[in-house]
Amino acid sequence: MLQDKDRIFTNLYGDFGRDIVSAKSRGDWKDTAALIAKGKDWIINEVKLSELRGRGGAGFPTGMKWSFAPKEIKPGRPHYLIINADESEPGTCKDRDIIRFEPQKLIEGCLIASYAIGANTCYIYIRGEYFNESKILQEAINEAYKEGLIGKNACGTGFDLDIHIHLGAGAYICGEETALIESIEGNKGQPRLKPPFPALVGLYGCPTIVNNVETIAVVPTILKRGGKWFASFGRAKNTGTKIFCISGNVNNPCNVEEEMGIPLKELIEKHAGGVVGGWENLQAVIPGGSSMPVLSKKICDTIKMDFDSLVEVQSGLGTAGVVVIDKSQDIVKCFARIARFYKHESCGQCTPCREGTGWMWRMLERINKGDADVQEIDMLMDVTKQIEGHTICAFGEGASWPVQGLLRHFRGEIEQRLTFKNKKIA
Amino acid sequence: MIKLKVDGVEIEVPQGATVLQACEIAGKEIPRFCYHERLSIAGNCRMCLVEMDKSAKPVASCAMPAANGQVIYTNTELVKKAREGVMEFLLINHPLDCPICDQGGECDLQDQSMKYGVDKSRYQLNKRSVKEKYMGPLIKTVMTRCIHCTRCIRFASEVAGVPDLGTTGRGENMEITTYLEKTLDSELSANVIDLCPVGALTSKPYAFEARPWELTKTESIDVMDAVGSNIRVDTKGWEVKRVLPRLNEEINEEWISDKTRYACDGLSKNRIDKPYIKVNEKLEACSWEQAFDFIIKNTKDLSGDKVFGVVGDLIDAESMYMFQKFLNTSFKSNNIDFRQTNLFINPSHKANYLFNTTLARLPEADLVVLVGSNPRLEAPIVNIWIRKAYLARKTKVYSIGDNFDLTYPHENVGITHSAIAEILNKKGKIYESLKTSKKPVFIIGESALSANGEYILETIKKILKESNSLNENWNGLNILHQKASSVGAIYLNLMKENFLEKLNDDNNKLVYLLGADHVKLSKKNQFIIYQGSHGGLNSKIADVVLPGAAYTEKKGIYVNTEGRVQSANKATFPPGDAKEDWKIFRALSEKFNNLIDINTHEILRENLFKDFPIFKNFNEIPQLTYENLEIKNINASNNNIKINEIDFYFSNIIAASSKTMNECKIAKQVLLKTGTDN
Amino acid sequence: MSGKHVEKNQPTSFEFNSVNLEKINKILKKYPSERKKSAVMPLLDIAQRQHDNWIPYAAIKKIAEILEMPHIKVYEVATFYSMYNLAPVGKYFVQVCTTTPCMLRGSEKIVKLCKKYISEKEGQLSSDNKASWVEVECLGACVSAPMMQINDDFFEDLNEETAIKIFEGIKSDQLPKFGSQKGRIGFEPNKRLTLVKN
Repeated sequence: MLQDKDRIFTNLYGDFGRDIVSAKSRGDWKDTAALIAKGKDWIINEVKLSELRGRGGAGFPTGMKWSFAPKEIKPGRPHYLIINADESEPGTCKDRDIIRFEPQKLIEGCLIASYAIGANTCYIYIRGEYFNESKILQEAINEAYKEGLIGKNACGTGFDLDIHIHLGAGAYICGEETALIESIEGNKGQPRLKPPFPALVGLYGCPTIVNNVETIAVVPTILKRGGKWFASFGRAKNTGTKIFCISGNVNNPCNVEEEMGIPLKELIEKHAGGVVGGWENLQAVIPGGSSMPVLSKKICDTIKMDFDSLVEVQSGLGTAGVVVIDKSQDIVKCFARIARFYKHESCGQCTPCREGTGWMWRMLERINKGDADVQEIDMLMDVTKQIEGHTICAFGEGASWPVQGLLRHFRGEIEQRLTFKNKKIA
Repeated sequence: MIKLKVDGVEIEVPQGATVLQACEIAGKEIPRFCYHERLSIAGNCRMCLVEMDKSAKPVASCAMPAANGQVIYTNTELVKKAREGVMEFLLINHPLDCPICDQGGECDLQDQSMKYGVDKSRYQLNKRSVKEKYMGPLIKTVMTRCIHCTRCIRFASEVAGVPDLGTTGRGENMEITTYLEKTLDSELSANVIDLCPVGALTSKPYAFEARPWELTKTESIDVMDAVGSNIRVDTKGWEVKRVLPRLNEEINEEWISDKTRYACDGLSKNRIDKPYIKVNEKLEACSWEQAFDFIIKNTKDLSGDKVFGVVGDLIDAESMYMFQKFLNTSFKSNNIDFRQTNLFINPSHKANYLFNTTLARLPEADLVVLVGSNPRLEAPIVNIWIRKAYLARKTKVYSIGDNFDLTYPHENVGITHSAIAEILNKKGKIYESLKTSKKPVFIIGESALSANGEYILETIKKILKESNSLNENWNGLNILHQKASSVGAIYLNLMKENFLEKLNDDNNKLVYLLGADHVKLSKKNQFIIYQGSHGGLNSKIADVVLPGAAYTEKKGIYVNTEGRVQSANKATFPPGDAKEDWKIFRALSEKFNNLIDINTHEILRENLFKDFPIFKNFNEIPQLTYENLEIKNINASNNNIKINEIDFYFSNIIAASSKTMNECKIAKQVLLKTGTDN
Repeated sequence: MSGKHVEKNQPTSFEFNSVNLEKINKILKKYPSERKKSAVMPLLDIAQRQHDNWIPYAAIKKIAEILEMPHIKVYEVATFYSMYNLAPVGKYFVQVCTTTPCMLRGSEKIVKLCKKYISEKEGQLSSDNKASWVEVECLGACVSAPMMQINDDFFEDLNEETAIKIFEGIKSDQLPKFGSQKGRIGFEPNKRLTLVKN
């Protein structure tokens, strides 16, 4: 178990004040100017050393992403930093608590990251439903301005940074970075074609780096304690600490910051009070938010929670939103509901996703009711394959992977249900 | 150049090409729905997926820039699967109503599902149905058929410059609509019908009229304005069922205006299909013999100054040539003019009356000054080209004359001749822009040439000359004519000094109107012959009416505002007793014992070419030299530049006879009044 | 399933009030001056708050004018994002999350209670015209499931008992304090192993 001294988010549970004085007493904004004085290259290098991977779901190496921003800022083409706080992935609610309880960590991270990529403007895109959280964050930003930590000559570094909040309005797809950029530009949140990538052509056509809240909020601590310190947790390329959100059929649903690579069973049993009805009552776990393929109990017994271990079992760490499903649940119904979510949230741009997500949902509803033929299972799998990889953004994967995971691990149950039902009719 | 491999074959493509274009260069057909050469890339249909080395997923070839060393496959199992998948998705919610769909036979979805789809459907659920949307009198919508390619949206906002179309909702509830279902406010709106790859947007006036395979297709030239858009005329039996654009990269690309497309139903309305003579103040139908006899009886002693010929808007060069010959031989008269209203033309050098920059080079312009012209209504195609300049380089556009919406930003700088004097005096906004402009363009409309046009023309020449923009490399001097016959008539020299004044004086005994509907005549005791295809105000006051052929019913040469000679073709035949105009003149000349011995259209053209060799150079723009271009000093006057009101949908007799154009006019009036159709 | 419900009875005009006009001026300063369009989402939100929690056509037109956008582009945004209401909703607008993490912890029971205490049909006004409810997708409070949002506030860690208390609170205009109804501050576990508060 991660020791308290190694926790980055020391106020994750809101035990202390979120105000700037309390935050400073917890170490925020300590030596920030000195860190910035070490220069962009040092910052990016230290982040690279930490092997920090993006905490928003895709797990892209953060240091590398920053290094994609052009070194030189061309006239008329300012750089932008965008913080993705459009937290909408079912099973995930970590960024909300960083904003509520540790806003200064995020703001300090914004300053450092903006400096590293040469951005004088930073937009924080918060999902519209987090209205109260946005007020808290705006308060925190105001405090930081007042203290001269951001704004003109931030922290006395000579570097200027403005931070603005942009509220979303209910669209999961805006968590996709280019859809988010479109949304800030005042359009529907429909993802853009890539290339060009936002690092070169992003917000208003200018170089833009988009990072998740948690990614940015851990950066100040990484720099203060050293990339090597962060990398000492977990294993190579799967380093650091991570906030896990444990929801569903557990006794104590909670968020917890833990070491990367913690066994799933330990995570659930230690922190979340165990599966309702005991570990043997476990049916399945979605390990990284609804987009990540579900794991069977057998895998859950031994799986370690990091990027590469989960890829090895054909799933992923995603946002580390752990959704626990016990044996009292109808597994098909659970995934039909997830499929409905994707049908509702598809932006409608690409053919496979627009037409396929609704088809998948309706087929799962038929299977759930037992109205389908056994052959439809293969057809459903086919449809997921026809969506996956054929769309502009990764929503196609996000929508089809949960269904693929379901069919991979629970095909037997589904076949049984359909055969039984059909026999009964016959 | 970029080198890459497509299906094992190494090819070279220019910088900036996409993978799709590269595949086409390699001779591979790539299916697509959303991609269109002239629109921005949407990449949403996913039909054009191909396999690329080093890419785990198939890539959308329309959106992927070609790069050195790429290895592309267009015929692998993965690609085949991907295409079948997309086809299946497109079809699950597409209705099976092909038998009653007007797109049938020319439907991309139909064609591509034959080639790339699988043969049966696995989808057993209910199909989505979508409410129809009102988009005006031209566009019929069956939105259940829509595949959301967004071509129509992109056309409206990018090419037409009227961002009225958009999508509402998201996911499978996404629908294409205009805001509150108002008419698409564009003179080019119906191009979305051609762009729609399925039967979601089809032609309202043509609904259920014919199947494409029943139609006879004739390539021709449009006469609704002086642009000379290339068109295809589709006929079934005698009737022109529809007019479609034909690709011409230098003129209309693949667009045409709504008038070009839809005035054609005017071809079967209001037709003069028999000769008429006036008996007891009333026109009565008669035979050709009777009409000719009546003409001879009333005009045989007239000659020279007493005889006038007026050429109308839609007349081809051959007819004008014969008209001129006939008046010359039978009446010894040279009093012919095409200018039915005041219009200053200086025919001494071609540069003085042509659209010299040419349409295709307009996008190079870095400054556009409109002088008494509203190109949006005078020539919508020209407006597209100006808009292209604006899109390409944010070209500054000024307008002298009244203000109006042009679909691109422009600044109005007064309505008087002094606005032009100011530029010459190195003052004002236009001059400031001109100073840094390398390729300025002045577009002079007919309205500006109606009062002291000579001052405008000569002063602008002077301005351009001083800016080094009146030469072989760049000629920024442009006259935007509005009538299809104008430049041809100037080539034939059909101009007479003070023609309009003389036309209405008492000395005038015979007026021969060749399709001239706009000239104002005060009927006194002169004898009026009207020869033309449609009945209008001037045919009503005529003593004799002779039935002529409309532009789809004869072969004829038209010269566009650039001076480009093009040949229209005969798609159908004149109705009833109507005859091609040149034949009427030939027959009349025989009656007058002055036979013009031209028996076929071929011989007619030979004669025309011999007398006016310029007409021989089909599809070419005259190459001009500028040593002889004279620039005069004309004194300024304090005239206003008032842009003549343009009744776009009714601008000529065919359009004015069209039911569809009438509906468009009403829809436009409603739109202006309420802002919406509700 | 169809798109958004749009009110038939539309007001003929809409003007932002002076407080909101000032807010709009402030918002416009967040974005580059030539990128006014970026403010379309905040402006739609302000319009909705000013106009009893729904956006009429007249407001869309007004926003289009202020931001110099084509009407259809504003309308696109208004119909794309789920938080913009284009038809009236209750003074208490209840949104119940029913996505899987909430479903696993009993959101269906909350929906049943909505039907009982507010209105039989989703989207319908309650008989006292005070409230309406809809099912929504994940609101990002999965660890405190089941939960619902009433106007701007999250009511989390619900069970049938606390939900009923809230619905009755609606009737008497006295809602309990928002947040966890089990007394949690954030997403801390019931039994603390880490960062035990000293």
